Amino acid sequence: MNQPLLVTATRKAGPRVALAIGAVVVLVLLALPLLSLLPADHSLQVSAYTLTLVGKILCYAIVALALNLVWGYAGLLSLGHGLFFALGGYAMGMYLMRQAAGDGLPGFMTFLSWTELPWYWVGTQHFAWALCLVVLAPGLLALVFGWFAFRSRIKGVYFSIMTQALTFAGMLLFFRNETGLGGNNGFTSFRTILGFDIASPGTRAVLFLLTVALLLASLYLGWCLARSKFGRVLTALRDAENRLMFCGYDPRGFKLLVWVLSAVLCGLAGALYVPQVGIINPSEMSPTNSIEAAVWVALGGRGTLIGPLLGAGLVNGMKSWFTVAFPEFWLFFLGALFILVTLYLPKGVVGLLKKRNPA
Amino acid sequence: MYRFLLALLLLLPLAGQANEGEFFLAAKPNEQARLLQDWAAQPDLARLGLLTSLKQGRIAADDTRKVRLNNRLRGLIDNALASHQLLSDDSYVRLAAARQLQKSAQPAQVAFLDRRLASEADAAVQAALGLALANLQLAASEPSVRLAAVRLLGETGDPQARTRLQALLEPGAENDPAVRTAAETSLVQVQRKLLIGELLGQAFSGLSLGSILLLAALGLAITFGLLGVINMAHGEMLMLGAYSTYMVQVLVQRFAPGAIEFYPLIALPVAFAVSAGIGMLLERTVIRHLYGRPLETLLATWGISLILIQAIRLLFGAQNVEVSNPAWLSGGLQVLPNLVLPYNRMVIIGFALAVVLLTWLLLNRTRLGLNVRAVTQNRNMAACCGVSTGRVDMLAFGLGSGIAGLGGVALSQVGNVGPDLGQSYIIDSFLVVVLGGVGQLAGSLWAAFGLGIVNKLLEPQIGAVLGKILILALIILFIQKRPQGLFALKGRVID
Repeated sequence: MNQPLLVTATRKAGPRVALAIGAVVVLVLLALPLLSLLPADHSLQVSAYTLTLVGKILCYAIVALALNLVWGYAGLLSLGHGLFFALGGYAMGMYLMRQAAGDGLPGFMTFLSWTELPWYWVGTQHFAWALCLVVLAPGLLALVFGWFAFRSRIKGVYFSIMTQALTFAGMLLFFRNETGLGGNNGFTSFRTILGFDIASPGTRAVLFLLTVALLLASLYLGWCLARSKFGRVLTALRDAENRLMFCGYDPRGFKLLVWVLSAVLCGLAGALYVPQVGIINPSEMSPTNSIEAAVWVALGGRGTLIGPLLGAGLVNGMKSWFTVAFPEFWLFFLGALFILVTLYLPKGVVGLLKKRNPA
Repeated sequence: MYRFLLALLLLLPLAGQANEGEFFLAAKPNEQARLLQDWAAQPDLARLGLLTSLKQGRIAADDTRKVRLNNRLRGLIDNALASHQLLSDDSYVRLAAARQLQKSAQPAQVAFLDRRLASEADAAVQAALGLALANLQLAASEPSVRLAAVRLLGETGDPQARTRLQALLEPGAENDPAVRTAAETSLVQVQRKLLIGELLGQAFSGLSLGSILLLAALGLAITFGLLGVINMAHGEMLMLGAYSTYMVQVLVQRFAPGAIEFYPLIALPVAFAVSAGIGMLLERTVIRHLYGRPLETLLATWGISLILIQAIRLLFGAQNVEVSNPAWLSGGLQVLPNLVLPYNRMVIIGFALAVVLLTWLLLNRTRLGLNVRAVTQNRNMAACCGVSTGRVDMLAFGLGSGIAGLGGVALSQVGNVGPDLGQSYIIDSFLVVVLGGVGQLAGSLWAAFGLGIVNKLLEPQIGAVLGKILILALIILFIQKRPQGLFALKGRVID
């Protein structure tokens, strides 16, 4: 329990098997976009729908990974990560809207008969500035919120509630038309990104590959983090914050760093999500979405590197099947999942696998 | 015209009421209007019955023929009826009539209103009547009469007086400088009085919101204080309470229609029992196994809330169900011309305070309360002294859920009842608990009313959404100062 490392899991499951499975998964993920470029009548062709679905799930997996950094390692359960995800998405969406609108105003603004862009839209026609915003918007918000929260040592349930209220407030704010970010319709009907057609198979394949790359990069980041002293301090912070303080560490800086890092990762995931899915609206910020992310992590196994990815994949895979097959029962299933995982699988699927394969 | 002259003849006291009715029925619409205007200027008590029937579209209570009325005629009938009601012996009827005339009086009625004002004994009616007259006198030709009218209008707090004065101050509407200055001062006076009414109204709706937050948060504060876990399904207990009210309403309507007026009272124990029962069941089956793991409890109870919402959605449909107010809860008390306090909201404020009082008595004056407080303060020590902590947990959880059920009954009387009812209150009630401190009745009380009032005062200034965001920011800043809430239990325990 106190060694929250992938190392532990893989060592026990047999490092070679785990490595082999991982390599196969990565290869499949890399092959998917290439297969989608095949002509439509080819037997191995992957449809745009499948590619989008898998791309979406990969974005969610990055969110799960980011949430696991703060929850699994530092013991801070955030119920507001959807906010950071959506902020990154909105920053990217602003750029895409400007691309779609050309020299004019985005469609929803002309609809509201606005004549000029609000100040926060300045510079969003440049891709580079949009990328900066993707990092800055969630990063700064997390920095300010985290600075206040950790300064007064808000933790545990209090912290969860405050983050939930934060994302709820964000959702209300973005629902307003006067906020100037599309109201409850959000941003949609994008056309081009960097001059490329956003719906063309080539662009989709590139975006997908970028998502895989980001996922692998964040996985590597998590791996380094978990092995480093920083990771150890975080784990100590989760298990006994007061003892850590008596040992002479100031927990605030550690918490703040991992919190902001996690928020930025979420923002990046959101920025990759929007061009692939083609829409971003305030419902992404609803507390429901954020708390669902927590169950991905819990199901997969928190404090493990691979767990959140497994969890996000499993839950979202089931969701897309369930909502088509038995739409009324999806919420029952999800609710039961919340209860059963917390009651019987405190260490998640990874914990289960570990039990199965005692080395 | 010939017929009209005939009508005037018929107006002689000798002519019977029935004849007037017949005549009205036979007349053309514009003649009917003339008739009504004449009647309004020279009321006769004998005509009251006819006008009352005309309001219902007949010429007499026992007459089955329908009178065809248009909106103009209906307005004139109201006006004529009011001026006749001024002759009534009942001062309430006269007051209502004078209020009606403030809106609808016509210049032809000046002489009659003047006479009534002189002979009126009741002070309230006199004031209302004076205002009605002042409204008319604004159009008088002598400046002195207008001046008096303007001054009189300044002493009221009526939104109508404001409109009239503003109309008078439009360029070119009033040429006499003395009247103009008087109108300006009067307008300022009226606006000040209106502002007071508005502020009081906002404070009242703040109190009302606060009482609902209190009912929602009270149980949450108890369970959080006792078990250290946040029950995310607490909002659904509110919803269950509201749906129990709906069920009781339906059942009472079917089996005992005579008691329908009192169904909310019957719903109270039912809602308490349903919510408390389900709460205790959840505590025994799920939450008990998660003690010491507050974050996991958060997730598990969220799962429970998803299941409950979806179950209600499948049972009752995703649409809102209709819960009606009984007669004694509808309507309101007119305090100021622009301030009406709805009865249902007043009752709920009283009800919330009563629930707090009962909870306080339960926690401080009973054996169970003693045990609950002991376990809240130190679980292990209480267990060592022989308190059955498991049983206390279960009962306290049931109590918290039951209070939420009572809150659901209250909510069903002021808002929509739908499967998502609980979700809209849960975040606010969490904030109440965070602000008020854990397991503290006084803290919850102050925090709930404080949040409610600040919310409603901010709403008209900067909008509901920005108000909510500002409140959240304020709470975050506030817990910098007092991380344990307003009223923290003093302790020296560190984990």
